Amino acid sequence: MRIYFLRGLTVLIACVFLSSLFQLQVVNTNYQTMSENNAVLEIAVYPERGFIYDRNGALLVANQPAYDIMIIPENVSPFDTLAFCRLAGINKKRLLSNLKKARQYSKRLPSVVVNQISKTTYAKLQEQMWKFKGFFIQKKSLREYRIDHSANVLGYVSEVNRNDLKNDDYYRLGEIIGRQGVEHYYEKQLRGTKGKKFLQKDRFNRIIGPYKEGTYDIEPIPAHDIQLTLDQELQAYGEELMQNKRGGIVAIEPSTGEVLALVNAPSYDPSILVGRKRSENYRKLANDTLSKPLFDRGLLAQYPPGSPFKTLNALIALQEEVITPKTKFKCNRGHYYARGAFMECHCPRGSRNDLLEGIYKSCNTYFSNTYKKIIEKYETPEKGLDQWKEHLKSFGLGNYLGYDLSIGRPGHVPGASYYNRIYKEGQWKSPTIISNAIGQGELLTTPIQLANFTAAIANRGYYITPHFVRKIKGDSIQKKFTKKITSIDPEHFDVVIDGMQKVVERGTARIARIKGIEVCGKTGTAENFTRIDGKRTQLTDHSIFIAFAPKEDPKIALAVFIENGYWGARWAAPIASLMIENYLTGNVKRKWLEKQMLEGSLTQEYLKPISGKPFTINE
Amino acid sequence: MNKNFRLDWLTVFTYLGLVGFGITNIYSSTYAIDQPELFNLSRPIGKQIIFFIVSLASIGFILVAPSKLFERFSSVLYLIAILLLLGLFPFGSVISGARSWYVLGGVSLQPAEFSKVAVALAVAKLLSEIQIDIRKMRSLLQVVLIVSIPVGLIILQPDPGSALVFGAFLFVLYREGLPTPYMLVITGLFLFFILTLVYSLPFVFVSIIFTVIGLYFFSRRVNKKVVFFPYLVAIACCCLYVYSVDYIFNEIFEQRHRDRFNIVLGKEVDTQGIGYNLNQSKIAIGSGGWDGKGFLQGTQTKGGFVPEQHTDYIFSTIGEEWGFLGSASVVLFFSFLILRILTRAEEQKNKFSRIYAYSVASILFVHFVINIGMSIGVVPTIGIPLPFISYGGSSLLAFSCLIGIYLNLDANRLNETSF
Repeated sequence: MRIYFLRGLTVLIACVFLSSLFQLQVVNTNYQTMSENNAVLEIAVYPERGFIYDRNGALLVANQPAYDIMIIPENVSPFDTLAFCRLAGINKKRLLSNLKKARQYSKRLPSVVVNQISKTTYAKLQEQMWKFKGFFIQKKSLREYRIDHSANVLGYVSEVNRNDLKNDDYYRLGEIIGRQGVEHYYEKQLRGTKGKKFLQKDRFNRIIGPYKEGTYDIEPIPAHDIQLTLDQELQAYGEELMQNKRGGIVAIEPSTGEVLALVNAPSYDPSILVGRKRSENYRKLANDTLSKPLFDRGLLAQYPPGSPFKTLNALIALQEEVITPKTKFKCNRGHYYARGAFMECHCPRGSRNDLLEGIYKSCNTYFSNTYKKIIEKYETPEKGLDQWKEHLKSFGLGNYLGYDLSIGRPGHVPGASYYNRIYKEGQWKSPTIISNAIGQGELLTTPIQLANFTAAIANRGYYITPHFVRKIKGDSIQKKFTKKITSIDPEHFDVVIDGMQKVVERGTARIARIKGIEVCGKTGTAENFTRIDGKRTQLTDHSIFIAFAPKEDPKIALAVFIENGYWGARWAAPIASLMIENYLTGNVKRKWLEKQMLEGSLTQEYLKPISGKPFTINE
Repeated sequence: MNKNFRLDWLTVFTYLGLVGFGITNIYSSTYAIDQPELFNLSRPIGKQIIFFIVSLASIGFILVAPSKLFERFSSVLYLIAILLLLGLFPFGSVISGARSWYVLGGVSLQPAEFSKVAVALAVAKLLSEIQIDIRKMRSLLQVVLIVSIPVGLIILQPDPGSALVFGAFLFVLYREGLPTPYMLVITGLFLFFILTLVYSLPFVFVSIIFTVIGLYFFSRRVNKKVVFFPYLVAIACCCLYVYSVDYIFNEIFEQRHRDRFNIVLGKEVDTQGIGYNLNQSKIAIGSGGWDGKGFLQGTQTKGGFVPEQHTDYIFSTIGEEWGFLGSASVVLFFSFLILRILTRAEEQKNKFSRIYAYSVASILFVHFVINIGMSIGVVPTIGIPLPFISYGGSSLLAFSCLIGIYLNLDANRLNETSF
């Protein structure tokens, strides 16, 4: 028995070892994951964010390297704080508090001490870095704007917040996401898809090389560069013209629906939302509740369209065959549209206008009568109104247009149900809603909707959904920017377009005439109100102008909207005309007009309602 | 010169296989990307290879030496070993808390490793003498004395792990006829010693009391006449013994001794707390899976998560990089080697040869059980190397000599049947 004791014990122990090894290595797989958490560091590899070009290939947005000064607290040895502060451009108090924060976060993992130092600081610091043990410089990529305009179209990028993390599990803390503008809408294309790199760590969490020679690494998918539809020169010119005014310009190429310019005033330089001062600057912009630079008026502001809307009423009336171009209405400086209800007009007493005159003289009487005929064509005003609304819908009014930016407003086109709610069924007739005839009343449109229906008129009966991106390198744009045909037959457009040309030739917008170019336009003036101390107060009218040019084969259609600009031809028409001249000829010959517009300021007008004193409007 | 043909080739190949596999894993666990070469004497791998060459040369010398030599000179070798251990106190160097090393021009030697060979020879010599009968108290005391002297010196270094290995001679004594009660008592004392150091005193007291009372009731069922008194005495003795161990450890030892014991016993390791080594070792082995992560691909190994991985925890590298197939092979190879030597020992005509071979197998067995056992967490952490595989020149050379002498004696078992 003694002879076999140790032999038996050996066999027993071998069996115990084999079974526990089998359990440990083959049956239990927890240890695999534990070892990966332990020893493998997964880091993300980011493709460079896509560049943004304008329609002519000019580079608008690129990337710039930025440098963060990082530390690993456990490696830091005493250093000359004063010299460091001078080099890095940071004060000592801030440095010490950041060092403390870093130590609290982790002694072994790197943290940022000074973020986004400039290239020159980087160059200086690089040579001296050896003096500061435990410090190192980490490169990252920031947006670089080659232009100082178009901020509202471009949008900006910033670090993801908790909401983004919750909504999209692609993102990790500290990553960059596009906000607003094309940066937001085309985020997926601009960012590409990050890859993964696996690194081998040692027990001090130090990286000692790639894990398994990079077998498991995933290559990032490169980002796509994007070409905008914007013409950066036109955009810049538009922003210049709009200085010291509030409002918006939307210019569209009618044949393609490409947005040539989307100007918002006041605007800001996109570069101020990059780098160390980003949050400070952003707060400043967001807190400016008076001029609202972050409120993109071209897309978001809903105003009554005013007189430009008469063109659409004319088209609807022709399509509904309630008038012909030869139909005349008498105007005695206005007319009674109901008993005791008079609508003023600036036509001389005893005028008899046909459609063409009605348009270029912007005769309120003419369009009130026309509108009445449209509404009264059917047995009930409800039916007439809804028919009218259907026509307007086909011009993209009363709903979101579907362009490729993620902000917008539907505007408002009132229908029968709307008035039934307000006045009760059967309690309203065409005179009740007569304001719609001249683009006032319950109608609301955004500037881009104005520009869009102008493009539809220029195209004689169709528009293409406006959009901001022309081409995505290595990717196709979704086919959603399609041709939308309006409910108005093409033959009806000619007379309206002739009328719009006359507006510029001899009508209300003669100031918009450009030598050698047939410009078609329509001025507008929209009353507007605000509340001051809870009291509804009228402010100076908005100045509106829609136009397209040239008359045959139009290249540009635009809507200009100047808040409290008094009347259409005062600000909006000249600015629209300068934009057209700039775009079509490349330079502006009417320097006097350009100067007048550049120097003109409405600051005084905007100060009135907040001055706290009584003021007069439309002066 | 035709004795080579009777060489135990299976043992030779097993030995070579284990050493080769050991060097492979030492290379992996000490791999530095900028110094990948094998023969770099500033790196562990280079040193180990040099020691392997020296070991092979030593085995060569041992094999050509006449077998009688070892029996005749065993006392001399034993004396030399004792002197070397004594010499540590004035001349030795302290490495990781223990004065166990002679450092000679960049090479450190650990006499405790070589003393295993000497004690094995001395025990074999003593027990093979005609007038020795292990069942007699006098003979037993002689053997115990021979083993205790080096053990005492090694404990004083302090290197409790190496001292523990000498417990292997219990198996030899048992094989040679040590009465079972002695065996039980010695085993008991030994277990209590370890328990006292690893666990708290009250816990050990309670477990002693429960064990003895359990034994009492068990024997009462067999024999109604069993009296309780001797059991009470046993409890008292055990508790006294345990208490004295605890007292010596906590009151007489200095802190550095205690630290060393605690490190060896895995009670205090690094800064990461008790059980860090074991946990990391288990993660390494467990993550190896069926066939391992591959040579030089162990993430735990590369990251240096397992402390002492090229020495005491070399088995975790094997487990991680070679998986179950690799680690099970090592277990099988060791078991085979031990069984092989034990079987051949029984075939020896010469008592000295048999006892020596038995000692070799027992020493290997203890190392095998403790080292692999602690790597996978079935035995408390006790820092001793895995023979042939762990990094360490003294250990490799000593085990090579141990095997070499066994091979020599084994090869001669038919030549000299009696003397």
